[in-house]
Amino acid sequence: MTAIDPTAHLTAEQIEELGRELDAIRDEVIASRGEKDAAYIRKVISAQRKLELVSRGVLLFSFFPPAWLIGTAGLSVAKIMDNMEIGHNILHGQWDWMRDPKIHSTTWEWDHVSPSDQWKHSHNELHHKYTNVIGKDNDLGYGIMRVDEDQRWHPIHLGQPLWNFINACFFEYGIAAYDLELGKNLHKRRRKNPEFRARAKAVGRKIRKQVLKDYVIHPLLSGPSFLTTLAATFTANLVRNIWSHSVIMCGHFPEGVQVFERRSIKGETRGQWYLRQMMGSANISGSKAMHFMTGNLSHQIEHHLFPDLPSNRYAEVAVKVRALFEKYELEYVTGPLPKQVFSAWHKVFRLSLPNKKPKVKTPDREQELVAA
Amino acid sequence: MTSTALRGRAWKLLEMVTTPLLPSDYLDLVSPLRAGADLRGRIEAVHPETGDAATIVIRPGRGWRGHTAGQYVRIGVDVDGVRLWRAYSLTSPTNRQDGRVTITVKAIPDGKVSNHLVRRATPGTLIQLDQPTGDFVLPQAKPAKVLYLTAGSGITPVMGMLRDTEFDDVVMVHCAPQPQDVIFRNELHALVEDKKLRLTEVHTDTDGMLDIARLDELVPDWAERETWACGPAGLLDAAEKHWSEHGVPEHLHTERFRPTVVVAGDGGEVTFSATGKTVDADGATPLLDVGEEAGVLMPSGCRMGICFGCTSPLKAGAVRDLRTGEITEAEPGVLIQTCVSAAAGPCDIER
Ligand code: FES
Repeated sequence: MTAIDPTAHLTAEQIEELGRELDAIRDEVIASRGEKDAAYIRKVISAQRKLELVSRGVLLFSFFPPAWLIGTAGLSVAKIMDNMEIGHNILHGQWDWMRDPKIHSTTWEWDHVSPSDQWKHSHNELHHKYTNVIGKDNDLGYGIMRVDEDQRWHPIHLGQPLWNFINACFFEYGIAAYDLELGKNLHKRRRKNPEFRARAKAVGRKIRKQVLKDYVIHPLLSGPSFLTTLAATFTANLVRNIWSHSVIMCGHFPEGVQVFERRSIKGETRGQWYLRQMMGSANISGSKAMHFMTGNLSHQIEHHLFPDLPSNRYAEVAVKVRALFEKYELEYVTGPLPKQVFSAWHKVFRLSLPNKKPKVKTPDREQELVAA
Repeated sequence: MTSTALRGRAWKLLEMVTTPLLPSDYLDLVSPLRAGADLRGRIEAVHPETGDAATIVIRPGRGWRGHTAGQYVRIGVDVDGVRLWRAYSLTSPTNRQDGRVTITVKAIPDGKVSNHLVRRATPGTLIQLDQPTGDFVLPQAKPAKVLYLTAGSGITPVMGMLRDTEFDDVVMVHCAPQPQDVIFRNELHALVEDKKLRLTEVHTDTDGMLDIARLDELVPDWAERETWACGPAGLLDAAEKHWSEHGVPEHLHTERFRPTVVVAGDGGEVTFSATGKTVDADGATPLLDVGEEAGVLMPSGCRMGICFGCTSPLKAGAVRDLRTGEITEAEPGVLIQTCVSAAAGPCDIER
């Protein structure tokens, strides 16, 4: 929908060839999945559990400021690990091939107020299938923001930087509301729909459990550290929420990422679907630790091409995918976290105002690419 | 309040502390074999028996209920990261003092689990266990005369019996290709020396397959003996026929190994066992479409293999992944994505 279609130079033939090349990359990983990968996820899960246990243990003494700091930092990291590298990826079915019923998309529950089965529906099914298709993919602006010039501007959009900030702070609740499609379901008639009510109840139950654990039970267990533990858990949740919101914004919002019209996906071929994933996602560059803390969603492009490949393999896949971008002369949108976060926020601000004038925009080529 | 009710409350509270995980998820980190945990075992040693068979010494978790001689156990082993379940006879006596149990595994060609256990398993590895089961066992009342008729790894459940219970008059006829292929050979010969067993080895490479009619000459009083037979289907079929023809079928107890070969074809008859529908499917149509066409309520989502919203249990047969061509065979607990899988021969989807 951007003024210039950055894929216009590709013939239908080439797009299908691109699809076949991507399939080959996928097959290669699938054929080599094995013991090492299984050991990886088990190690991460056990590390996360230990970190959470220790952090909560330290918080029992959180009236002592250094303990508060260490415990809060540990708990924040543990929560981020749970949501990102572990929960998100297991719920994608990335580890189902191990046939371990404990590490399986059908049984996993995460430290998050949205019950995993509801999240799986809105995320795996809708967002991943209809990536960046306006009106189909609710991840685009989460139904509360204008994210493309072609969307009609309303005065209410003036407030979107504020909504986005609030959404970042309470991101897990935002996701839960979003999975429930709350906006659309709060209409009088829909509210009574038994299916919606059942789902709303499930969310209520999950919220109760999560809140009880974080803000009642653990503080109570801390006795004299009641208040400081409460503050620590609140902080950890806040850190986790802002972090995951930032990472996720970087996946599809930075400048240079394309959005698509509904009619453009009619009768889409496999090659075209792949191409849409490539053009509709953006990466974050950085160190190994950085990739780990984002749950490898820093490899958002690779993740969108192959949502069910084990996350620990995205880094090696990225090298091959990037080569394909170059071969087919497509823009691989990536950059360090601050740059991508800034870019995404910049867009949120820019689109909160009406369009200046119809402008022809050349996508800014990623600097690394030029340097390479 | 009773102590169970109290414990129940305490557990509830603990669950609140660990939500959304369970207390056991944390306890498993430190004590995977404790009472109350999912039943597991730890491999403590692997002893080679022959060139292609080994005995695996397993320390079962606290929940292990013990076995009866002759029974088998299903174990779940991670091979190349994938959990696979197989059944093996227990070869240890029931009164083993150290609480360990053993299985004896013969590596079969292309057998993923058996080769892994015989050649690659290492002490310290955790495996999943089921409780022992099977009715190929000795009776409560001791029979006066016993015959064990075995071939190949069919000796394993019988070895469990031999080690467990002593009888006054025991004969064993065992078939193996060559002397060095006889599992437990030294131990068997020691029993023979102690006059606890009379043994006939049939070496099929030189002697040819055992002709069941030869029993008259090998064990003249076979018809009077309570007999336990285990081995390949051919041997058992012949034995069943022989015992019936002589009017003593009640003296024969057999154990058949599950046939493991599934021949993957192209398309086949698909059964949706929960709904009770059976339809023919080709090798190219996704099972999701096949089911919906037949009026079966199938869970679905993206219909393109990315959301895992269509996973369904594969109860029997085999399916082919339409993207990679990979074949998945039915095993307990195996789920398949019906939107990208097609029938590879007859199969059963639990929907
Ligand atoms: S329906 Fe989405 S994976 Fe099958």
